[in-house]
Amino acid sequence: MMAPAVVLLLGWMLVPLVLTLWFSFVKFLPMRGDSIAKGLDWVGFENYVRFFSSSSFWPSVQITVLMVGGVLAICIIFGVLFALLLDQPMWGQGIVRILVIAPFFVMPTVSALVWKNMMMDPVNGLFAHLWRFFGAEPVVWLQDASLSSIIFIVSWQWLPFATLILLTAIQSLDSEQLEASEMDGAHPLQRFAYIVLPHMGRAITIVTLIMTIFLLSIFAEIFVTTGGAFGTRTLTFLIFQRVIDSQNIGLGSAGGVYAIILANIIAIFLMRIVGKNLDQ
Amino acid sequence: MGQIELKQVTKSFGNTQVIPPLDLTIHEGEFTVFVGPSGCGKSTLLRLIAGLEDISSGHIEIDGTDATSLVPAKRGLAMVFQSYALYPHMSVRKNIAFPLKMAKMDQAEIDKRVNAAAEVLNLKDYIDRRPGQLSGGQRQRVAIGRAIVREPSAFLFDEPLSNLDAALRVGMRLEISELHKRLKTTMVYVTHDQVEAMTMADKIVVLQAGVIEQIGSPLELYRTPRNVFVAGFIGSPKMNLITGEEAAKYDAHTIGVRPEHIDVVDGEGEWNGTVGVAEHLGSDTFFHIHNTGLGEMLTVRAIGDVSLKHGDKIGLNPRKNEMHRFDAAGLRIA
Repeated sequence: MMAPAVVLLLGWMLVPLVLTLWFSFVKFLPMRGDSIAKGLDWVGFENYVRFFSSSSFWPSVQITVLMVGGVLAICIIFGVLFALLLDQPMWGQGIVRILVIAPFFVMPTVSALVWKNMMMDPVNGLFAHLWRFFGAEPVVWLQDASLSSIIFIVSWQWLPFATLILLTAIQSLDSEQLEASEMDGAHPLQRFAYIVLPHMGRAITIVTLIMTIFLLSIFAEIFVTTGGAFGTRTLTFLIFQRVIDSQNIGLGSAGGVYAIILANIIAIFLMRIVGKNLDQ
Repeated sequence: MGQIELKQVTKSFGNTQVIPPLDLTIHEGEFTVFVGPSGCGKSTLLRLIAGLEDISSGHIEIDGTDATSLVPAKRGLAMVFQSYALYPHMSVRKNIAFPLKMAKMDQAEIDKRVNAAAEVLNLKDYIDRRPGQLSGGQRQRVAIGRAIVREPSAFLFDEPLSNLDAALRVGMRLEISELHKRLKTTMVYVTHDQVEAMTMADKIVVLQAGVIEQIGSPLELYRTPRNVFVAGFIGSPKMNLITGEEAAKYDAHTIGVRPEHIDVVDGEGEWNGTVGVAEHLGSDTFFHIHNTGLGEMLTVRAIGDVSLKHGDKIGLNPRKNEMHRFDAAGLRIA
């Protein structure tokens, strides 16, 4: 009964994985006439050694970690604050909530283009006009503060997701618990620290897990804004450059395998934390 | 310590007044039960005393000082909630210690008080567990423990037993009564269950639609209900209330006779009817009597296991001296 689905899913997952593994052990330079039809030369771990010993490898891993960490930190801190705000009864609540969610519906490519050309453009961008209005020299955002700018753009896209999940977590808090803590003499900040935040712990770990998985593969925002220049080359982008710019499929595939290993290390690490949190 | 006085207290939500002006004094050391049908405002009244809701007008005095505008924590009251409201991510020990920690008490004193509370409530064996790993009765005890460590001037209970199964409820009822006897602290207890009210209270406050119908000891309410509502609400099964011609014979608009004050006689009685449902409880049997010509179905208690079946004829004699008479406004005729 389940066989067709299992076969389909396994095929979907295994074919690209096996191909990547195979390519990572061969010399495959299509521009120099290599092709699957002619047969590819087996080179063992040469691609792995070259990818790892390349001077771009460690910086790219560091930038990946910085970018994912930065976006996560912003999204969780501001997500909690926005969730707290949106949980307050206010006029026009429904519309405000939809507006807050809106950035999540914008495609990454589009939002990156909008930020690059409308907001951060050093000549015609809104920020440039604002800076000039106050008599300041406009900042060339994507050149002088490139990593922070991309972190900002990606956070803008993902903040609604975090806010939404954290808001549902806040709303599921039993109001009697808050009242009990009020009777127990906890002032608002203590109520947040001792009751609300621990209650949201599970939602925060889940947001962290889901977002990390998606953020490790950020691509469109980098491609559209800096093209990997000015210290924004993540591991994902490095692999893309090896395969497409250098036309070295073998080397890129080896990078892909490194990325799989890295992602799995992080996933195992996170699953342990989540598992611990979910047990309670 | 522990005298609570409500003076002309009202509460409105928007334009609807749920509590019309109300005066009430809860004396020190008293076990007072607010009882009434759901939606009668008894929980609101408790929350007003606790300070979780602001009163719309009037004054609340606790131990002689005006507490109307005090925040809940400053009123010196402790509350046990219907859902227990334990903090799920803290162990039992931390739950009980929480109010003391908020009061910035030193750790040695906190430990001493928590251990004492755990001792009193038999919580020693699971002091390091989390609420999720406890049964309903145990959670209830933790909630009470969290209330007693603060040594409040009064305890407020908001339907604390309604989430427990019947057997546990009887047990916890006793434990709370025991606790009251031992601590001698004022307790205010809200319930919709008149059996809980009757068994635990020193003083019962019967409420309907935010209005106090009667205040008195359980037996006062049982013997001399002030009006038809109290008569019908207190006592289980309900008092038989008869209107019309039969009531007119006694110079009343309504007469009330409790099921336990009607005797089953052989042959014809003053009232006659046929047996409907019989509820055999072993010690007592409750018969529902139809076709009496009194308009209403009667409930009658017979002591022991009486072998009357569905459809049998039955003769009844009400005890005249235990009969309650009410006028057209529903008030008791002395």
